[in-house]
Amino acid sequence: MSIPRTTHTKRVGALTATLAAAALALSACAGGGTTPAGSEGASGSAKTDATITFIPKQLNNPYTDVVLGGGKTAATAAGFATANVVGPLEASASSQVTFINAETQAGTNAIVIAANDPDAVCSALDEARTAGAKIVAFDSDTNPECRDVFISQVVAKDVALIQTKLISEQIGGAGEIAILSATANATNQNEWIKFMEEELKSNPDYKDIKLVAKVYGDDDDAKSFQEAQGLMQAHPNLKGIISPTTVGIAATARYLSTSQYKGKVALTGLGLPNEMRSFVKDGTVSEFALWDPAQLGEVAAYAAKALVDGTITGAVGDKFTAGDLGERTIEDGGIVIVGPPTVFNKDNIDDYDF
Amino acid sequence: MSEHATVAVDTTAPLADVVPVRGPRWYAGRDATMVYILLAFLAYAALSIPRFASPVTTGFLLLDVVPTLLIAMPMTLIIVTGEIDLSVASIAGLSSAVLGVAWASGTGIWVSIFLALGAGLLAGIFNGVLVAYVGLPSLAVTIGTLALFRGLALVVIGDNAVANFPNEITALASAKLGTSGIPLVILPVVFVVLVFGLVLHHTAFGRGLYAMGYSKDAAHFVGINVGNSKFWLYVASGLVSAAAGVFWTLRYTSARSDNASGLELTVIAAVLLGGVSIFGGKGSIPGVLAGVLLIGSLNYALRLGRVSDVVLVTVTGLLLIASVIAPSVSAAVGRWRHSQRLRRHLARDQGAEPG
Amino acid sequence: MSTQATQTRPGPSGASRLGALLRLRELPVTVALVALVIVTAAVNPLFLSPQGMKDLMLNATIMMLLAAGQTMVIVTRNIDLSVGSILGLVAFGTGSIFAAVPTMPIWLVLLVGVGFGALLGSLNGLLTVWAKVPSLVITLGTLYVFRGVNNGWAGPRQFFAGDRPEAFGNLSVDTLLGVPIITVLALAVVIVLAVYLAGARSGRDLYAIGSDPEAARLFGINTSTRVFTAFLVNGALAGLAGVLYASRFNAVGATTGSGLELDVVAAAVVGGVAIFGGSGTVIGAAIGAILLNTITSSLTALRVDKFWQQAIVGVLIITAILIDRLASLRHAKHLREREGRNV
Repeated sequence: MSIPRTTHTKRVGALTATLAAAALALSACAGGGTTPAGSEGASGSAKTDATITFIPKQLNNPYTDVVLGGGKTAATAAGFATANVVGPLEASASSQVTFINAETQAGTNAIVIAANDPDAVCSALDEARTAGAKIVAFDSDTNPECRDVFISQVVAKDVALIQTKLISEQIGGAGEIAILSATANATNQNEWIKFMEEELKSNPDYKDIKLVAKVYGDDDDAKSFQEAQGLMQAHPNLKGIISPTTVGIAATARYLSTSQYKGKVALTGLGLPNEMRSFVKDGTVSEFALWDPAQLGEVAAYAAKALVDGTITGAVGDKFTAGDLGERTIEDGGIVIVGPPTVFNKDNIDDYDF
Repeated sequence: MSEHATVAVDTTAPLADVVPVRGPRWYAGRDATMVYILLAFLAYAALSIPRFASPVTTGFLLLDVVPTLLIAMPMTLIIVTGEIDLSVASIAGLSSAVLGVAWASGTGIWVSIFLALGAGLLAGIFNGVLVAYVGLPSLAVTIGTLALFRGLALVVIGDNAVANFPNEITALASAKLGTSGIPLVILPVVFVVLVFGLVLHHTAFGRGLYAMGYSKDAAHFVGINVGNSKFWLYVASGLVSAAAGVFWTLRYTSARSDNASGLELTVIAAVLLGGVSIFGGKGSIPGVLAGVLLIGSLNYALRLGRVSDVVLVTVTGLLLIASVIAPSVSAAVGRWRHSQRLRRHLARDQGAEPG
Repeated sequence: MSTQATQTRPGPSGASRLGALLRLRELPVTVALVALVIVTAAVNPLFLSPQGMKDLMLNATIMMLLAAGQTMVIVTRNIDLSVGSILGLVAFGTGSIFAAVPTMPIWLVLLVGVGFGALLGSLNGLLTVWAKVPSLVITLGTLYVFRGVNNGWAGPRQFFAGDRPEAFGNLSVDTLLGVPIITVLALAVVIVLAVYLAGARSGRDLYAIGSDPEAARLFGINTSTRVFTAFLVNGALAGLAGVLYASRFNAVGATTGSGLELDVVAAAVVGGVAIFGGSGTVIGAAIGAILLNTITSSLTALRVDKFWQQAIVGVLIITAILIDRLASLRHAKHLREREGRNV
């Protein structure tokens, strides 16, 4: 067990060497540093060498994939020279920060982000803006101070109202319902839930509907599945479930379709037609809603281009053209609305492929 | 060693000319190898990845590795004694939750930070008592406390996130030293690294830790208080993990129960990559430092090159496997070459005799 | 603790003493499980309704298989952290097979899945045995590598329940005497494994290796082959669990099964498997898996604040190790006293 005395000097040497070497290697070349992107940005004229990067909540998510597909295509059409997609494999609050940092350093002109946490990404986005990048939030907003515009799928209140309307129709206007959401911190979901709660309280048509539980499946298939199962057990009189997230509604539908509750407990919310098709056809789900996710990406890309070119600044009332989708206006709070939600049922679901 | 003994020929003398001449050991050891790999990688990245060589990189990269680097220090000491602590990331999460709730309920920021560190200290004491004094296996205990502390974080803060920390404090967490790009927070981190380095390599306590890693009983017999040593290591681990949790909260200006989740495996991977033996008794702080910085810069270089995280995950795993297999492979190659040489020498000697 | 040394010939009295010891190891977790079910059912009768029972069994099935496999590895004083990643790869593989060949017979898919898992497990075994390095490090490495491969292979693609034949999904819907088919399958595997570990010579060897690897080697046990086999079987079980996962849940993709590894080890520990090898049974581990899953369900059924869930699981794990420690202390004291009398 004796440790040779010589190792001490060896270790001090190595310790100093490690620190010094790392510092040297990184800072010595500092002279050849790069110019931040913003310093070269000329306002008012269309840039031809502009770059755009999309940072979704997490990669490898089917919904995100459709959004990004639309976004990348539109980015090229809008005139961006290169369009990239980077992002974490897991949707945790802090995981997006290093990606923003790397994009800041790469001198990207426009960063389009769906925030996992409205505050965690803020300081990194501020640094990116200082370096000259334009920030477009989409899908899930950041703190309003940290971005130029927010592209919202739909008017938040509309999407909440359509879900309460669907569930009310499906359960006959009376009974206990529950909400199965994504993460407890998801900005967009929480806003919809808030509107749903207000609507259930204030609208006399819904006076017999009682919201008994809110649970979170963290946008994880297995977790959402077990949360759905727990709901049924904890609330035997449950008549319906609203799941305003694509992962949650599909997992819940899978549980219902394999249990005795199939056809007895109503399920609605926001889902992807391709994921929900089999559940609509076997009668587990009668109607659900969603917007066209690809359009969300498209509008975000055009907004980013308009910001980079300097044709808009993100001020309320600014207008820009989103390709074939037509003109969009920036509304209160720096928000741009993509379009109304679509309701899917067994009659029209085969017309959609996303 | 026993191979030498079983061969009845004096192999040392004729072999002396064949054995490569070794220089002083401090630049040939396992930890030095890690430093070389790190330097080679930094040089490669600086030359081939656009914009890697810039002070901006230094800042972002160092900020990214701070939590891992901090927690890796007590982890190194713990693994050197042959134990492990899997609960570190949960302690960081717990301290983040305590900080958030304390601040949100109107406590002053410094008092809140103090409370968060206190929570980590208590968590460390809990681990320490169970491992050092009750004598439970640390792997099992800390799997339990991994769930327990994360669970307590959830109990404390629930689904909420606290974000409205005072600006001057959060700015401090990402402030840079002048124009060098080096974050201010590196100063206390370097201090922590130096303290742990000195304790491990320059004190009787540190030598005792290696002794415990080799043989617990032997360490006991030469008068080392095994229980107390381990207890203090877990307390230190709790405190440092809580500090990492506070930094995490302030850097991302968000106190949540799931902060730093999964970090324990990253830390352990970095420590093992740095040459610390999971069986205990082997490893050094400089090696671990190089291991942490290697994973950090690899990570950042891939981000800058817009290479998918998939590659990072796979490369981390391969590096880890390679780092533990390499000694076995080189030992096997060494044995093979030794026996080859031996055979050649024997053949030569035998061939020479009759002639 | 070398069982080989104390029982040269397992005579009737030796067997019953051993049986008593095994029962002791599994007793606490069984008592906890029964108490939990009774309390929950008393408060919420729906908990033990046919659907409730079915859900309980389905929830535990996958974890039960993983915990049983993990036990094989842990009793040899090793560990396999890569099981979550193996499960993910096999589950996605199952989805891919059905997407490519929808008419593939289910038994063949099960076989392919088990084989794929065994292959991945044998890689762990090979690296551990050949390079003589700790399996904790090796399998932490393969945890990352397998997950990376899964991410690279799947990308954004996911396969859904609708992409798979209905008969396959029905494995986790249809029941045999009230027990879901996949649970029957898992139970059969666990029982076979339990009999093998307790009865077969090579199964007993695993305990000897875990108690004292050096002594086992001197005793003439081929430790390399045995440890390798343990990893292979564990991989095969994780593979089976992967196929069953695809049958039960809706989506399989890049992140399926991530983070399961520590839950699996926790289930084994709660079930009385000693983390440093040499003791514990697959039955205990399986009950541990059922207990951990049941806690989640009963807390929901009791409408206990879900934030307490994880903390309670943590307390349970620590309690289990404490009980285990007390039991082994008592056992050691017992042995000492007996030796004292003999002298």
